[in-house]
Amino acid sequence: MNPFDYRRAEDAAGAVATVAADPRAMFLGGGTNLVDHLKLGIVDPDLLVDVTRLLPDGVEPLPDGGVRIGAGMRNSDLAADPLIRRRYPVLSQALLSGASGQLRNAATTGGNLLQRTRCVYFQDVTMACNKRRPGSGCSAFGGYTRYHAILGASEHCIATHPSDMAVALSALDATVVVQGTDGERRVAMTELHRLPGDAPERDTVLRHGDLITAVELPDLPFAARSRYRKVRDRASYAFALVSVAAAVDLSDGVIREARIALGGVAHKPWRATRAEAELRGARPTEETLRAAAEAELAEARPVEGNEFKPTLARNTLVATLRDLVEEERTR
Amino acid sequence: MRVSFEVNGHEVTADNVWPGESLLYVLRERLGLPGSKNACEQGECGSCTVYLDGVTVCSCLVAAGQAQGRAVRTVEGLAESGDLAERRLSPVQEAFVEAGAVQCGFCTPGLLVQTDDLIERTVGQGGGVPDEAEIREHLAGNLCRCTGYEKIIDAVRLAAERTAAQRDGGGPA
Repeated sequence: MNPFDYRRAEDAAGAVATVAADPRAMFLGGGTNLVDHLKLGIVDPDLLVDVTRLLPDGVEPLPDGGVRIGAGMRNSDLAADPLIRRRYPVLSQALLSGASGQLRNAATTGGNLLQRTRCVYFQDVTMACNKRRPGSGCSAFGGYTRYHAILGASEHCIATHPSDMAVALSALDATVVVQGTDGERRVAMTELHRLPGDAPERDTVLRHGDLITAVELPDLPFAARSRYRKVRDRASYAFALVSVAAAVDLSDGVIREARIALGGVAHKPWRATRAEAELRGARPTEETLRAAAEAELAEARPVEGNEFKPTLARNTLVATLRDLVEEERTR
Repeated sequence: MRVSFEVNGHEVTADNVWPGESLLYVLRERLGLPGSKNACEQGECGSCTVYLDGVTVCSCLVAAGQAQGRAVRTVEGLAESGDLAERRLSPVQEAFVEAGAVQCGFCTPGLLVQTDDLIERTVGQGGGVPDEAEIREHLAGNLCRCTGYEKIIDAVRLAAERTAAQRDGGGPA
């Protein structure tokens, strides 16, 4: 690990100005990903600006019926928040399905969004990786691809975004509040993360020095019955092979609206707009649910070693929707 | 840089700390508290688990500067304080010894702290003894390569039952 300075920021504007002015400065949140990356040699900053004490760390209701989540809020606190559990259970479930208790106690909302892929080739500095060292190649092709993308990938990168929380936030149409050198702006959660294309080194649309200060959820009454279903190699403390976040608005036996996102399948949380379109206005029969899943995975392109994932994603999506429909019928 | 915080109820200061040091390193190498173990140093194994402001974290992933002004409780702080000769193990520590939940011992300090947290959050808050699924989930971030976990689960249950019995007026079981 090369030497670097550490500074505790007093206010958001000052922290943004400091990091924006220094290409090798980085924000430090809970540290669960960044401190690991410092040790592994994946990043090499000259300055860490600790923002954990200046960011809001609670959940507050908004006048329009939505809620605002402080970017400094710890994952465990957010998962346990009564308002979140009641109105957006999919978010609480997603958070609790991720990492371990100790890591959730340290990880922040903003940091969770900005965590890097767990692709083993990205994390191993001796391997070629276009995300870590642009132009060096991708070692994942022909390698260990169990956790890799089947949707929206490119020849340059097949890494997946590892966050569970971000999948739920995508399904919920969250908005990310960002402070930059030009002031505050808002980015749709579905637009925050990028597909890799020919620039996999860029995970998000944020600019260097941009600081996530909050995440806002819209008023979405039907999200009170929403679910997160995660399939992984062991019962706990593992990243998703495939996950599904879903909420369904069902009345008079017809699906009015559906919000669905998939995890573990792409470089970003994959909002399932095709499946949503198939479901809108339809009766939730097994055939409809299956057709929606088929539509979403029609473009899936597995690579050697993850051929099982399109089927797993389809089945997981159908099972999640079936559970939600059943819950609606019996309530 | 200088870092000052509270450890097991005492104010401590470490000087000439390098920003790249972890809280775990400061505890072990600068403050003479080697109970928290440095196994994976990646937040995966839980051997370095400590309380930070009342919640358990992997101290290997806390940058030293982030501990400034905060309260840390390590495995050394679980036993009842007092002269060394009079010091008593905590109920969790006693249960681990009695149940045979310790083999090589490297994961044990982290498991003790995380178990202490589980019992505090369940029995300690007026709740019941956690069932096996709850125990396994709470300890999911603590890896043990020796035991196969069965004796550890037994120890956690034993500690929780005793704490509940004591809480409910039965005195030490």
